Amino acid sequence: MSKSYKDNLPITASALTDEFMRFKRGSVTRRHFLGVTGLGLAASVMSRGLPGAFNAEAFAGNLGTQMSLATWPNYHDPATFENFTKATGVAVEVNVFGSNEEMLAKLQAGGTGWDLFVPTNYTISTYAKLKLIDPLDMSKLSAFSAATESPRFTHEGTVDGVTYALPKNWGTTGMSINTAKVKTPISSWKQYFEVAMTEADGRAMVHDYQLTTIGSALVSLGYSFNSIKSDELAKAEELLIKLKPHLYGINSDYQPAMRSTDAWMTMCWTNDGAQLARDMPEIIYVLGKDGGEIWTDFYAIPKSAANKPAGYALLNYLMTPENAVKEHIANGAPTTDSRVLAMLPADVTSNKIVYPDEAALTPLEFGAAITLTDPNRAELMARFKAA
Amino acid sequence: MAMTIATRKRLVTALLIGPSAAWLSLFLVLPFIAILVFSVGERAPEGGYQAAFTFAQFMNLPARATAFWNTMILAPVGAFFCLLVAYPTAYYLAIKAPARYRMLLVSLVVVPFWTSLLVRTYAWIFILGARGLPNLLALIGLPDVRLLNTPGAVLLGIVYGYLPLMIMPIYVSLEKLDCRLLEASADLGASPVRSFFNVTLPLSLPGVATGVALVTILLLGEYLIPQLLGGGKVFFIGNALVDLFLQSRNWPYGSAIAVTLVSVVVLIITLAMRLAWRFAGTRQVDLV
Repeated sequence: MSKSYKDNLPITASALTDEFMRFKRGSVTRRHFLGVTGLGLAASVMSRGLPGAFNAEAFAGNLGTQMSLATWPNYHDPATFENFTKATGVAVEVNVFGSNEEMLAKLQAGGTGWDLFVPTNYTISTYAKLKLIDPLDMSKLSAFSAATESPRFTHEGTVDGVTYALPKNWGTTGMSINTAKVKTPISSWKQYFEVAMTEADGRAMVHDYQLTTIGSALVSLGYSFNSIKSDELAKAEELLIKLKPHLYGINSDYQPAMRSTDAWMTMCWTNDGAQLARDMPEIIYVLGKDGGEIWTDFYAIPKSAANKPAGYALLNYLMTPENAVKEHIANGAPTTDSRVLAMLPADVTSNKIVYPDEAALTPLEFGAAITLTDPNRAELMARFKAA
Repeated sequence: MAMTIATRKRLVTALLIGPSAAWLSLFLVLPFIAILVFSVGERAPEGGYQAAFTFAQFMNLPARATAFWNTMILAPVGAFFCLLVAYPTAYYLAIKAPARYRMLLVSLVVVPFWTSLLVRTYAWIFILGARGLPNLLALIGLPDVRLLNTPGAVLLGIVYGYLPLMIMPIYVSLEKLDCRLLEASADLGASPVRSFFNVTLPLSLPGVATGVALVTILLLGEYLIPQLLGGGKVFFIGNALVDLFLQSRNWPYGSAIAVTLVSVVVLIITLAMRLAWRFAGTRQVDLV
């Protein structure tokens, strides 16, 4: 991979350093610690001291001093937000979530305070239908270029001809396996669940997320990732409940456990797989030959956003290729924008974790909108966790 | 004049009770009524709540039996382990500690509360994680020991987190202990062990009962410790509730579970406190 600030980190950093890096990547503890220790407030106060020096013309208009972003664990280059704050005076509070359902639940309950968030492809039509997100005012997003986007990944941002969301990056849901600990070769979800109950007993993780956890269980049984058929779901539930006592944990923020080697294998997203393999070469990233998920994450602006000007400003900032390139290098997710792809260093674009061969992607499925709201999948996941 | 005094008395009563009554009505009674209404409703097609009148949610309660059972076991067990650790500490503080250091030592018990339980529980993740204690165990020939995300880790977190809440009430009841009673007991030929079981322990029971009740009640609604130290595998009913509201978005079912939990807890606490008071109360009258 490229020369990022992370390259110099020793592989076996102490737990504290590890945790600090998680903060910097914007992981779950950041939300907790920001809220609990008042660091979030401190950051906003400190940022208030700066804006005079950085009042860029490009960000004319009142953007306020603070905005809130809801996103996923380990998903951004912290420098992006620091630079955005320098340029605009707006401090970005980062909230991290482990599933789209959790984001939807918060938006349905109201009062999130998010000005920008990162939903996945299959959720956008539902958000638009429930009027939880705004149609985007493209005049405020001049950095976005529809012509250079790959429609295969970005078409779900548009609902009935109206653009509700702009693409962040695409990716896959595969498996990260610590080959120093797990010797059995794994190339399918069927094998993943088998090894989780045998060689990796007590050391495997699944997401706290119905789409991928139920979806992968379905795939391992030979069904569609998106199935909502009750007999197929019943079989998946049986498998998951049999698996549960053998699991290390049910958590979508699995990097800490993988890095400390508490967990030996986990269900894993492209960007996490790339980050783990970069720092610990013994951790490999594998796509299921029997199937799995291919996805695109988008940026959208909640209807309830308190600081929409700042939401648009950050979105436009992130759509600017020069800024997006740095994001992609840091978080290791593949881009949908050919302008950005052209600017990425060759060691990134040749990384097979980030840009797998087309043949490896063929068995994968995009998540289907129905899985987000299907009550049986929701209750199955909750029952599995409570079992 | 008599009317004025009666009116004034009522006014004083109203002023004394008013703020807490208003607070509780607004933030306890009203939300509880909302939950009661939700609990007989239906899940909306996209999640959330839609109005209905059905007891289907209550019929579905057995689907959360395991989480309920975990809570009903782990709460009293956690309180019991807390008690085992807290009693000797409280005893030392109240009876054995040098008087000049006593206040300092007692305030040290409270110091952990200056930091959030969340942060302190997070610290345990590092201690119990593979690079913490298991790393040390590997040095003495015990490789690949897993401590984090186990019921033991949750129990440890519970005892650690709730210890001050158990120590303080026991300390308060032991501090009031009249040492002359112990002298009398010794004069009458009782061994120190017998004095402890026949004099000290019974007199400290109100404190023990308060501590156990306090810790048990709080544990019944515990969410954080099982989430962080149990890895989402050791599931309390509190975790099930969070899931129903924040993941599967089944508000009516979540409300039905919440209503049930509140009812069960009120029932248990009423019974337990009644028993404890009766037991401890009579002993106290006998002795003093």
